[in-house]
Amino acid sequence: MSASGARPVGAGRRIPLAWAGVIPFLGYLGVFLLLPTGIVLWGAIRAQHGPGLTLSGLKLLVSPTVRFYFVNSIELSGITAVMGALLGAILAYAIATGNPDGLIRRVYIAGSGVLAQFGGVTLAFAFLATVGPAGILMHASWYFDYPQGIGLIYLYFQIPLMVVVFLPAIDGLKIQWREATANLGGSTWQYWRHVGVPLLRPAFFGATLLLFANALSAFATIQAWDNQIAYVVPQQINTSIISEVGLASPNEPQILALGMIILVAVVMTGYALLQRRTARWLR
Amino acid sequence: MASVAPLAAIAAQSGTAPDTRRGMRGAKRYRLNAFRYLIFCVFGLFFLVPLLAMARFSVEGTRPGQFSLSAWTQIPSYPGLLSAIEITLELALLTCAVILLLVVPTLIWIQLRVRWISRAVEFLCLLPLTIPAIVLVVGLAPIYNYIRHYNLSALQLFWVYGILALPYSSRALAAGLGAVDLKTLSEAARSLGASWLTVIWRIVVPNMWQALLNAMLLTTALVLGEFTVAVTLLYTNLQTALYYISRDTNNAGVLFSTSTGALVFAFMLLMILSYVGRRRRRRRG
Repeated sequence: MSASGARPVGAGRRIPLAWAGVIPFLGYLGVFLLLPTGIVLWGAIRAQHGPGLTLSGLKLLVSPTVRFYFVNSIELSGITAVMGALLGAILAYAIATGNPDGLIRRVYIAGSGVLAQFGGVTLAFAFLATVGPAGILMHASWYFDYPQGIGLIYLYFQIPLMVVVFLPAIDGLKIQWREATANLGGSTWQYWRHVGVPLLRPAFFGATLLLFANALSAFATIQAWDNQIAYVVPQQINTSIISEVGLASPNEPQILALGMIILVAVVMTGYALLQRRTARWLR
Repeated sequence: MASVAPLAAIAAQSGTAPDTRRGMRGAKRYRLNAFRYLIFCVFGLFFLVPLLAMARFSVEGTRPGQFSLSAWTQIPSYPGLLSAIEITLELALLTCAVILLLVVPTLIWIQLRVRWISRAVEFLCLLPLTIPAIVLVVGLAPIYNYIRHYNLSALQLFWVYGILALPYSSRALAAGLGAVDLKTLSEAARSLGASWLTVIWRIVVPNMWQALLNAMLLTTALVLGEFTVAVTLLYTNLQTALYYISRDTNNAGVLFSTSTGALVFAFMLLMILSYVGRRRRRRRG
């Protein structure tokens, strides 16, 4: 939009002040988004004794005590991401091959949208009532075991998220490609082997990475599942902020948070790259 | 001629009445459908049973197998619970107000007058998705120490919740803004003598009320389920109140009744959302 086009007569020559309207919003973001992020980064590299900066905090990231939480986090996120992705892909395929206007498809899509966001404390209660020590379905002895107990609970929101993210990719497979394969004499197996799977692969891995990041930053569910022991990084961050006792270093929360930022940034970059590859053929 | 032979063979193979939608023959289609319904049943049970179990627990009597509504009737009298529900609903209102009074006008203003900044703002709006709440809260702790010098109320959480809701609400708003022909509408209004405020309030907003509703519903759903920030900053909202109850008394019936109630409420919000979204898409298509 040209700056002079819509200016009313009589406004005269004013200094352009349109950008000033954005200042309150940017100020809000600055104080409650950028400043906290800056505080985390600054706290992680600031020297604990005396002035100056140090990278000794980063050494803490690979120390055995801190590594424990990161290994657990990656393990739990990895397992639930891969299983959620596989199961979610199967469910998405079952949805995609049905009637595009059918009731089942609509229910499952709406339901997935809801359940993908359904984490939190209530989810842990729901599973406590189902397979917990006094559960209705069974009294699973492994309910409080790590990672199978919490992994099962995580699948409850990972599978719907996979459906939400992956269904567009399956829907993007054109029927003409299958017909073209058949015309060239290809079998169903050859269609999947040479056409379907190679096309879906980047979308699948991208979605898996998204699920990984999703599980990585999840905190409420695992905290409500077992509030006695800290298994994963978010739990230890919470503990280290609240208690401030027995920490590996006074700035342990900041260093753990920095580790999370690095991990999520790597994963989300991979996701963005794969997403770009998918977008090439998916319209 | 050689290339026609496979075609003819396929034509002969495919029989008299092929199911054209997925290019499959009857028997194959039948097998696929059997597989599909099996999948739907298994996953449907996996998704439904925990919810039903929670609902069943909420009407559990004193003796196993008995029904009782006591878990529901004690919600108002349970210590701290009602005030937590109240705080959470007020937080949802306040956060929606932030979105409506700050984010909506700013995003419209950017589209109208400061286009060159829109890419940067879009990036900033999506940034909270890549910074987990538990990371953000580490940096927020000193800021909230400062805020607590002036005000101790848990309602102060709305500042952060506005940020957490930003990715979802801004995407909903961007979809609404994209569907409006802003340039033509604003130029027409301006040429008729409307002020920029009038353009925003009486021209643009009425054209994107569905996007506004979407943004409000998403924001409310997020605030209702928020736990991480509240528990780490030691504030009490609905989720943290439930968490503290569960920590102290493991199987309190009130946990399950309140959770079921909150869940049904959130489900309703999100179902309305999906309904609104579908209607908009259909109209455009």
